This record gives sequence, structure tokens and C-alpha cells, in this order.
Amino acid sequence: MFKIVEKSLLAENIYKLRIEAPRVAHSALPGQFVIVRVDEQGERVPLTIADFDKEDGTVTIVIQTIGASTKKLCVLNEGDSIADFAGPLGNPSEFVHMSAEELASRRYLFVAGGVGTAPVYPQVKWLHEHGVKADVIIGAKTASMLIYTDEMAKVADNLYIATDDGSYGFKGMVTAKIKDLIDNEGKHYDECVAIGPMIMMKFVTLTTREYELPTTVSLNALMVDGTGMCGACRVSVGGKIYFTCVDGPEFDGHQVNFDEAMRRQAMYRSQETQANEKHNHKCNCF
Amino acid sequence: MANKIPRVAVREQDAQVRATNFEEVCYGYNLEEAQLEASRCLNCKNPRCVAACPVNINIPAFIHHLVEGNLRAASDVILEDSSLPSICGRVCPQETQCEGSCILGIKGEAVAIGKLERFVGDWCLDNDAESVAKATANGHKVAVIGSGPSGLACASDLAKMGYDVTVFEALHKLGGVLVYGIPEFRLPKEKIVAREIDTLRKLGVKFETDVVVGRTITIDSLMDDEGFEAVFIGSGAGLPRFMGIEGENLNGVVSANEFLTRANLMRAYDEEYDTPIYVGKRVVVVGGGNVAMDAVRTAKRLGAEATIVYRRSEAELPARREEVHHAKEEGIEFRMLTNPTRVLGSDNGWVTGLNCVEMELGEPDESGRRSPVEKPGSDFTIECDVVIMALGTSPNPLLKQTTKGLETNRRGCIVASEEGATSREGVYAGGDAVTGAATVILAMGAGRKAAKAIDEYIKSK
Repeated sequence: MFKIVEKSLLAENIYKLRIEAPRVAHSALPGQFVIVRVDEQGERVPLTIADFDKEDGTVTIVIQTIGASTKKLCVLNEGDSIADFAGPLGNPSEFVHMSAEELASRRYLFVAGGVGTAPVYPQVKWLHEHGVKADVIIGAKTASMLIYTDEMAKVADNLYIATDDGSYGFKGMVTAKIKDLIDNEGKHYDECVAIGPMIMMKFVTLTTREYELPTTVSLNALMVDGTGMCGACRVSVGGKIYFTCVDGPEFDGHQVNFDEAMRRQAMYRSQETQANEKHNHKCNCF
Repeated sequence: MANKIPRVAVREQDAQVRATNFEEVCYGYNLEEAQLEASRCLNCKNPRCVAACPVNINIPAFIHHLVEGNLRAASDVILEDSSLPSICGRVCPQETQCEGSCILGIKGEAVAIGKLERFVGDWCLDNDAESVAKATANGHKVAVIGSGPSGLACASDLAKMGYDVTVFEALHKLGGVLVYGIPEFRLPKEKIVAREIDTLRKLGVKFETDVVVGRTITIDSLMDDEGFEAVFIGSGAGLPRFMGIEGENLNGVVSANEFLTRANLMRAYDEEYDTPIYVGKRVVVVGGGNVAMDAVRTAKRLGAEATIVYRRSEAELPARREEVHHAKEEGIEFRMLTNPTRVLGSDNGWVTGLNCVEMELGEPDESGRRSPVEKPGSDFTIECDVVIMALGTSPNPLLKQTTKGLETNRRGCIVASEEGATSREGVYAGGDAVTGAATVILAMGAGRKAAKAIDEYIKSK
């Protein structure tokens, strides 16, 4: 069992949980994820790591309540425990393997969308700690849906916020902000890292392609075991099939077949809706 | 003459009924039936069954004790060579091993050695589990990676020798392929697997789930930071293969591993559990091994029309004969000499059918089996909404990638000696991680050999 030591509501339906998991905290690196199972009946849900602390042995995850299992997870409180917390899984971000010299001259642009802002944070934090400059765009539908802005401001070189409705910062999509930075502010980047909803990552890669800006994306494919056993997370990259869990989760965004990836993500949607209704129904009984 | 008694039929759940539930198919023998069947054994002077058993269980001896009604002695004989008789009695391919060599099988029917082993194994679980004595601790720590058959066998033997053993399992449940792969209707999880694991707990073996060695910790951290003097790798062969044909990424194409993991490990067939499973109306399973049979019979139980597509003929099906027989009884359609060429899909990307060609058998290949050759112009389509690929599995490359100096061969299998020694000092390996996908009994045997080698290694240090 893994204890929840801290819980907070970040935005509507978005929770932050800090979990006691010393082994995971000890080995975690930016870019990796965990598999969480709330209880005996729960699904194995892959969730990106939002932060980790080797000293106190905790790992932070940020969850948006979508399905039955994520809802069950978010009704738990501080002091409660979850059944399983396995990780860190997947490969760390490529930059953690780069030498200090290689990194010194590089300029990164991170594009974070919605709940995808959480896994961007440990990456920018890691780069900041290693003296690498990174600009960050955080995108959300509206100001109340923004998360991790204060934390990010502390580690980003420049933080730009874009809301679809203009309720905070730049009015428009993150793709428009990318263009704005490059075209109007004369920014130059060596690499873009985009993490967020599949559709956002797709459009970011279409935009960065125009600027020949190498772009890394972190895919949130469906998974069961998360260790390479099931192949549910198959994704086509450059015409070849990869497993997101063991070959990813980060891939060259310009090579990813996003349309297929989005279609595959919806594979169990009708069943999930049913399970969700079942779960909601159960909750109303009490 | 003893061999005039016909092989005692084993009681089974009715085929129509069991095709709709996940309860065990075979009920096994009762004592009376087991003793009658045991009495058929000729007690050969040169028992071919023993030689044909991958771990050389003294079969005539245990059968003899069973005839005499001395179950304790029968069980002791088996346990000398096998640590998992309840499991092996259920899942070993007896027709190509012990029973395949039985003299009685030449003119009539072989002794039902598998069913007798199962009977004795179950008796032992029911009556003997309490008598397990904890060995005196010798103060040496050994880590076992993976809680499948090889890991359990290795941990069991080491614990009996007094070692402080910790088993690390990547998944949330113990048992490896016994739990995620083999379905409940063939190997009951609570009744059999969980109890075998409980026996190990009583021996003092510690278990840690949710630990992915290679990610959560490494072999080096176990040895350098956690004080383990030796490590046994029993991580199995978990990576599914796909065919590489067009349409394989359509919605509705899954590996047998995914389908079975959802059903077995995640209990997707049980309404109380949250994990979904997509079965559709018509399922085609590609492959002819035990995993293919498990997948197709699971699909049937979940309400689909289910078909096996295999590129060779029935004689070459690698699955246990009993599973093929059971599958047929349950109404599974078998399309032999059929090879898929393309998965067909709808405009929105869901499977609508499987394009196949007919095959005929040509010259024998290096495995001695006649290799299938495509019949020109024989294309046809099987309509279906789910395609399950059961084409075999390979070892996970994670340990190789994260353990310096651990040698693997070109198929990704860990290179190990007969005793399980790898290219790294103090690191041993066995089971599917070394051989590629094979049987429970071979994995169990390899785990035991490695336990012996680990003991010798630590004592010689």
C-alpha cells in the first residue's frame, strides 16, 4: 500500500496527490511515468510524474478525473492509501543523458496543455537545476483551468500563459503563441517539448514543422501493464510500430501518426462511459 | 492384467455450460478414481516416463505409493523433483512428455500421469501445507526477480536451505504467467496459485510487488546497496510479437497477452472490476499454441463466436492436446492451413475482417515440421471485429539494458549455463527469460537448478 501524504485541488476536477513511494522517488527522472491502481477492483492507470523528492521519498502525480478509476482515486484523502504504485516506467527525457557542454548552448521551448502541464514541470525544473534555459508556454481553455503556474514561474526562463478565451495572458491557442514568439519576438529554439492532449500535440508538431524545430512529444497511450507485456500502447512513429511504455513515452513528434494514436486512445471509450455511469450510480446510493 | 483396465475418464464440467463461465474445466480424480487409474501403471523396470519428464520425477514410485494409499509418500516423491505439482499436473503437455512415453500408450491409452500428479499435488495443498517447517536462517540474502514458475521454484528451494529470499514482482499480483496468462478455467488462481505462494510465505520468503527491476531498482543496486549476495532472474518472456501485416494497429487488434491480462489479471470479465475488455461479436485468434487456445476460449466465454486461424495443420498445433480437445467441445471453430495477410478496417479504423490465404504443407523445416506454403490465388476474408495475435513472446530487454555485462543472444534471451550462471558473477537466470517462451515445468526445473548453483556459489565465497 502507498500512502497519500498530501492532496490538493488544483482546478476543477484536477487533483494533486503526493504519494509515499520511496523506491520510485529514488529512481525517478524527468519524462517518466507510474502505473497506479487504486484498489483491488481498479484499473492500472498510467500517470505522468509531476514531481519527486528523493529525500522524503515521495512522488507527486496530477490527475484529472475522467474514468471510474481516476474518480475513485480522487475521492481518497490524505492519510488514505492506494493499492499499487509502480514505477518509474518508460525512458527518461533524452536531455538527462546529455553532457553539460551539450546542454549549455541549447534553448528549449516547452509547450504544456491542461493536465500535461504537470509532467512538464519536472523537466523544466531539472534543466533549471542544470543551468539550462527553457521557455514555457502553458495553455488552458480559461484562467481557472491553469495549473502549476507559480511553480513553473520559478524554474522557467520565460513563462507565457495562453488561454483560449483570453481570460489570462495571451488570447489564443498555444500554437499561435509559438508563432508569436518565433516570428514577432525573434526567439530561437533548438528543441520544442510538447505535452498535453493528443490533439494539442498534433497541432504543435504541425506548427513547429514549419520552423523545422525538432519537437518531442510525450504520448499518453492506453496501457495495461506498462512494462512492455501487452502492446495496448502501440503507436506508429516514422511508419514503424513502437510500444509507448518501453520505447517511449517520448517520441519525435514530427514522426508520430497522431490520427491513429487518437483513434487508438478511444478504443475503450464506450465501455468507459458505461463504467463511469455505473460508478456514478453507485456513489449516488450513499 | 493391470493394463486391461481402461484409462479412468476424468470428470469435467459440461462443455455447453463451461463455455459460459470461468470455473475450472476439469474436476480431477477423487481418491477412488486416482487409485484405480494408478493401478494401471506397469511399474516398468526401465521407466520411459521418467526419462521423458523434463525434471525426471520418479513417476512409477509416486504412483506405487498412491496405489497403496500412502499419499504422504507419493507427495514426497514428487516434491523431490517438482515444487509445483498441482500446477504442472494441470498445465504440462503430458502427451509429449511422460504420458507420450508410457508403454501402455503404444497399444492403448497411457496412464493419466498428469491427472495423478494433480491429484497428489492438490492433496498436498489440502493436507500438508501446515507441516512446512521454516529452515534455520543462514544469514545470506538472495533476490529473485519475477514470481512466475522459475522464480517461485528457485525461492522455495533457497528458503528451504535457510536463505533470506526476497522475490520482486513487477505486477501487482504474484504468480507471473500463472496469473496474467493462464486463465482461471485451466488453473484456478485462489485455489491453487495463491496457496502455492502462501506455502512459500510460510517458508519465510518475502515478496515485494510493484517493483520493476531495471526501473524501480536495478540488479546492481540490489547487490551493491541492499546486500543481496546473488540474484536469480526469472523475468520470463513477456513481450508479444505481432505479424507486421497491414492493419495491425486498427482498433480491435490486440495481442493475446493484452486480451488475457485484461481477463485474467485485471478480471475484466467480472462486473465488479473496472478494467474494460473489448470482445465484439466475432473473434479470430491467430496462432496454435496454448496461449492461442486460452485466448480463443476466453473470447468464447465472454460471448463471442470464436475462431482459431493457424498456418499449419492440426497435427502441428503446439498446444496441449487436451486444450485443443476442450476448445472443440466448447464450440471453437478451427481453420487450419490458413495464414492472415491483412487486417481489414472500417473508415473509422475498427476491424471488420481478416484477409487470409490458404496454405499447404511443403518440405520439413529446421524444426522438423513441414513448413506451410501459400496456395496461389486462394485469398479469402473472414469477417470479424476482433483479431487476437497469439504468435509467441520474447524476453523483456529491460534487464539487459540496465545491467552492465549481462549477455543475451540475438533473440534477446539471457545467456546462461545449464546451472543458470550468467555472464555476471552472482547473477543466475532460468525459465523463459533464458529459453524464450517454453513450459512451466522447464522453468520450474531451471529455477531449482539455479537455486542449487546459487547455494554452491555463496558457500564457496
